[in-house]
Amino acid sequence: MEELVQTSAVATADWIVVLPLVLALIGAALALMLRNNGRVTFLLALLVVVAAIACEIGLALRIWQEGPVSMTMGNWLPPFGISFTADLFGASFALAASVVTLLVLFYAEADRSAADGRDGFHALVLLLLAGVTGSFLTGDLFNLYVWFEVMLIASFGLIVTGGSALQFDGAVKYGFLNFLATTLFLLALGLLYGTIGTLNMADIIGKAPSANPAVITAIAALLLLAFGMKAAAFPVNAWLPASYHTPPAAISALFAGLLTKVGVYAALRSLVVLLPATRDILEPVIALVAIASMILGPLGALGETHLRRAMGFFVIGGIGAAFAGIALATPGGIGGAGAYIFHSMLTMTALYLVSGMIERSTGQVDTRHMGGLYASSAPLSIMFLVLVLAVAGVPPLLGFWPKLLLIEAGVAQGGWLGTSLVVALVLNAVLTLIAGTRIWAHVFWRQTTGTGKVPAPRRGLLRYAAAAAIVGLAVAVGLWPDFLLAGARMGAADLADPARYIAAVGLAGSAP
Amino acid sequence: MDLVLAVVVGLFIALGVYLLLSRALIRMLMGMLVLGNGVNLLIFTAGRLTREVAPIVPPGLEQAPGAIANPLPQALILTAIVIGFAMFSFLLVLAYRAYQTLDCDDTDEMRLAEPADAPNPPLSY
Repeated sequence: MEELVQTSAVATADWIVVLPLVLALIGAALALMLRNNGRVTFLLALLVVVAAIACEIGLALRIWQEGPVSMTMGNWLPPFGISFTADLFGASFALAASVVTLLVLFYAEADRSAADGRDGFHALVLLLLAGVTGSFLTGDLFNLYVWFEVMLIASFGLIVTGGSALQFDGAVKYGFLNFLATTLFLLALGLLYGTIGTLNMADIIGKAPSANPAVITAIAALLLLAFGMKAAAFPVNAWLPASYHTPPAAISALFAGLLTKVGVYAALRSLVVLLPATRDILEPVIALVAIASMILGPLGALGETHLRRAMGFFVIGGIGAAFAGIALATPGGIGGAGAYIFHSMLTMTALYLVSGMIERSTGQVDTRHMGGLYASSAPLSIMFLVLVLAVAGVPPLLGFWPKLLLIEAGVAQGGWLGTSLVVALVLNAVLTLIAGTRIWAHVFWRQTTGTGKVPAPRRGLLRYAAAAAIVGLAVAVGLWPDFLLAGARMGAADLADPARYIAAVGLAGSAP
Repeated sequence: MDLVLAVVVGLFIALGVYLLLSRALIRMLMGMLVLGNGVNLLIFTAGRLTREVAPIVPPGLEQAPGAIANPLPQALILTAIVIGFAMFSFLLVLAYRAYQTLDCDDTDEMRLAEPADAPNPPLSY
């Protein structure tokens, strides 16, 4: 009895793994209680997110030096207690999520009016952040399901904030399909537990190879479907362009930056790390999904006139690029997928924020009725163009480096799989460039058409500052990519060979 | 007994999928409910069914003297039931509000966010 207590005590420093979550959850509860005063909840949310960022920087630095960090709850030894395990990818995605949330909070503050009063916006944003951070840092599959649901219920609340008919329409499609995806995930979890009797990620790595491969393949296919739905990868992407443009710009920016990325991350972790033997069997399917998403995403954007719906198709194209990394699954490909998720979190959020500003200053949501914005707002046009180039992957912006890693990995892999993925990646870049610059030309360059009103510049320094901060971040990381590339290399090494991850959880002895 | 429950789970999930394929929101809601319960039952069965005693360790002992039921799936289902209930109630209210606002419960007619007759993008710049 005494030995048990001694071996399972959690070192004080290890609590840093759950601190960002705990802060966000407490903040959400407080913000809900204080929701009568929007100013107070705004300051509270800022405080909480800044504290979470500080924790995550500390966590990432510690992982950088010492490798993955883990803690297990409640004095239960690892395979039984719920583990939280952070490796470099998890911690840096959580950090990116918090940074994005901080800037969106500022942007939303400029958009909010006194009439929005007690809608619990800040509480829901903090709850969403808690769900996203939890998904990135957890080391237990069932716990991942719980964080998915926390994220989902918060996003349900946010997507109907405002309560217009358009939002209800979008929310019905978003709600049903995402709830279905998490139910499928739960189904796969039940089957996995019935097969190998554990849900701890580090334990699964050790036990999955000895289980019946046919059953594990079926489970992995279910996981791929569930996470593909969450990530809006090609055949199951229809909910995204149907719903992401309906809520206010700040909320859809938050969704575009955070939600689908959690889906890709979960697919990356469960297929590449937990069930690698099964991923090899599913490889052609994953490659097909990646290629179709990469090509059909920007094509959708090309055929779309609604500004924010077109951005939704760019998100889908980006998801395809991240799935290309899962299909390659060499350390280079995994690093590329990780770097792409990081890039996509920053860039997509900024793209939606800038789109929101364009909608505000033209009073239109459809690009057919916009035009001539270049004359009235040069900074807006510069930001939008920079972001379009970043999404397409034009050097030296942020989007270039992950695509470079992916193409390198594809070329190194060779064969029909590597070659077709490289071709699709290049096509994706070209098509995104065509679709993006076309939208840019319509919105900014073209003379104002008869149907549109003459755009009038509006104030909103806070909005500009928030969007410009993310754009600046994307440009800066693109210009000095050493940190990003080193991080991608190190994170990918831990995913490709999870020995350090298993050792951090404390299950090194049980691995085969 | 496991086999019987496995068949029941299959029936629940088949029924849930069938109802979800409908266009009417109410049927889809019922489908989500049945599917969710099927999944809960599956987790319960995955923990292996026994007729043994509850997993309580008597005072003074460090582990139960005989075979006990597996407590983990029960904890998992409890969590899943609570979460599923919350999600279902939200969707129920959402469907009702959508019916009030959009005046339809047929997903084929909900085209406000994705207009069916959207014009093609202009060919010129």
